[in-house]
Amino acid sequence: MDPLPLTSIRPVFRAAAVAFVPALEPASPAIWEAVERTIAAALAGRPPGVTRQLALFLRMLDLAARLRHGRSLAGLDLLARVRLLERFERSPILLVRRGIWGLRTLVFMGYYTQEPVIAGLGYRASAAGWSARR
Amino acid sequence: MTTRRYDVVIVGAGAGGGTMAARLVPLAAAGKKVLVLEQGPRFLDHDFTGRELDMAPALFADGGGFLTADGSMTLAFGQGYGGSTIVYTGTSLIAPERVIRRWNVPDLIHSDLAARSARYLGQNNVHLLPTDEINENNRLFVTGAAKAGYHAERFPLNLKGCRGSSLCNLGCPNAAKQGTHRVQLPAAERGGVEVVTRAEVRRLGEGRLEVRITPRPAGGKGTESEWAPGEYSVATDHVVLAGGSIGTSALLLRSGLAGLPVRVGHGFTAHPAFVLVAEHARPVENDVGHPKSFFLDRGEREGFVLETCMYFPFVTAKNLTGFGPDHARMMEAFPRLQMILVLACDRAVEGNRITINRSGKAVVHYGFTQTVRESLAAATRAAARIFFAAGAVRVHAPLADPPVIEARDQGRIDQLIAARHFLPGATSISSAHLMGGAGMGWSAADSVTDGFGRVHGRPWLRVADSSLFPDALEINPYLTIMALADRVADGLLADLKTN
Repeated sequence: MDPLPLTSIRPVFRAAAVAFVPALEPASPAIWEAVERTIAAALAGRPPGVTRQLALFLRMLDLAARLRHGRSLAGLDLLARVRLLERFERSPILLVRRGIWGLRTLVFMGYYTQEPVIAGLGYRASAAGWSARR
Repeated sequence: MTTRRYDVVIVGAGAGGGTMAARLVPLAAAGKKVLVLEQGPRFLDHDFTGRELDMAPALFADGGGFLTADGSMTLAFGQGYGGSTIVYTGTSLIAPERVIRRWNVPDLIHSDLAARSARYLGQNNVHLLPTDEINENNRLFVTGAAKAGYHAERFPLNLKGCRGSSLCNLGCPNAAKQGTHRVQLPAAERGGVEVVTRAEVRRLGEGRLEVRITPRPAGGKGTESEWAPGEYSVATDHVVLAGGSIGTSALLLRSGLAGLPVRVGHGFTAHPAFVLVAEHARPVENDVGHPKSFFLDRGEREGFVLETCMYFPFVTAKNLTGFGPDHARMMEAFPRLQMILVLACDRAVEGNRITINRSGKAVVHYGFTQTVRESLAAATRAAARIFFAAGAVRVHAPLADPPVIEARDQGRIDQLIAARHFLPGATSISSAHLMGGAGMGWSAADSVTDGFGRVHGRPWLRVADSSLFPDALEINPYLTIMALADRVADGLLADLKTN
């Protein structure tokens, strides 16, 4: 079963996700699957309209890339993609800013909650607290 | 539909509801039936894993992603046996005298509130942490503040047997934090008060509540409800609403009680907050020890409070402005990060209020006033000075453009950090101090309840949570909620004695 309910626009989603978290570019299929499963679980707890809005927003980002650069979002190099998304992040339209914020938050949730990623950051909090450090 | 009857029903088991429950033990001992209905579950000690992905969906409304109507602020509030006391850091401060005076609530005087607060400081084991249990993230705040010309104060904390997991906001995995789930609610149950979890109060009428008990979801945390899943009609003589600012207002609004005071849902304040992060050149001990041991109170002079904090990777990533390579570099510096939480002391203004949508769910409308934006900018400048004075090499400041300030530019903090860079929807703002919606006051024209939490014109209905605040408190609210609930309990007990 496809973990992410955005199959038709997965390339756009992954292109945006890599712009938010460049470490996803070389990520293994297992990491991608874990990230997408986490996001899917978060979306499953929300009204169905949220997923539809997300899909629509991703299509809008892809269209903007095609209109502005003549290439799909996934076809842009990383720097151009980041710059384009930053423009939307600073958009005068609140709805567009919210869209970027929501999308990046989902990607961060998917990536920065994975145990290997957390361990890689050096984050070591545990119930053992001080006794594990001294 | 199953029918039950109780003498008193408390809706909500957080700081207010838990305190009410404990105070009504004498009623239970005298043979009266007292019931607490809590929407969330009763967690077991082993449920608290400390993992963001496990805990946030279980503990917080909407998984911690409850947004204001325009999506520009995240509101974090706990649901479960203990309410938000499960997920706070246990910082315990008595309400400032100036704030209580400004509230101008009939019969509410600061000395009375302070005396009641002091009782709970004792009951909940509030004390100062020993110096050797304070981590470097907190120590840097103190030394940085002193060098920058500020005086940091130490938070009294309600801990017993703290092991320094640093995971307070995900529910203490060591049962050390003395919230109402550890103190008042267990005492109430031992004294004969009944607590029913997974109990959503759908509607409220005079002498009756419609309640839905939901089953424990497969694989979910916590116990099954004490009652069988299904619909219930609970008859009662007295109702005390303690579902928190949002829950209480939403319940009042969707119940459609005729003649309810028009101010229900109004006067919402939130202490809008964001996290500031600074990078040091060397490792900073930041993910062990109590995360929030010190604060800097500039509420009276400049409208902000700074608090030490340390958040988890996802929350940190979400709070940093932007994305891409610069964002990733800051995240990769996690073991070298120092963090400060900035809170603005907002004011109740028209338009910032709680309403409900067609399905009866709460909708929170919140606009950031220019004063709040200026307070956040002033707080960010103060925090940046503290970071650099503590030795940081760069500071991530959401109200700077670009948001990263290098140490070589610290002389230009005043120019670089400004309110004009605040952009709702792009700047990550959150709140865990939700206040107002059923404020105390003089009459139904200016408020929802009187000074003892009685809803104007409804002698059977009381409020005992942060909804009562007519304006922002300017400090962490739980102790004041307990003190006010204690006062509401006095009023109820006196009324019952008279009748």
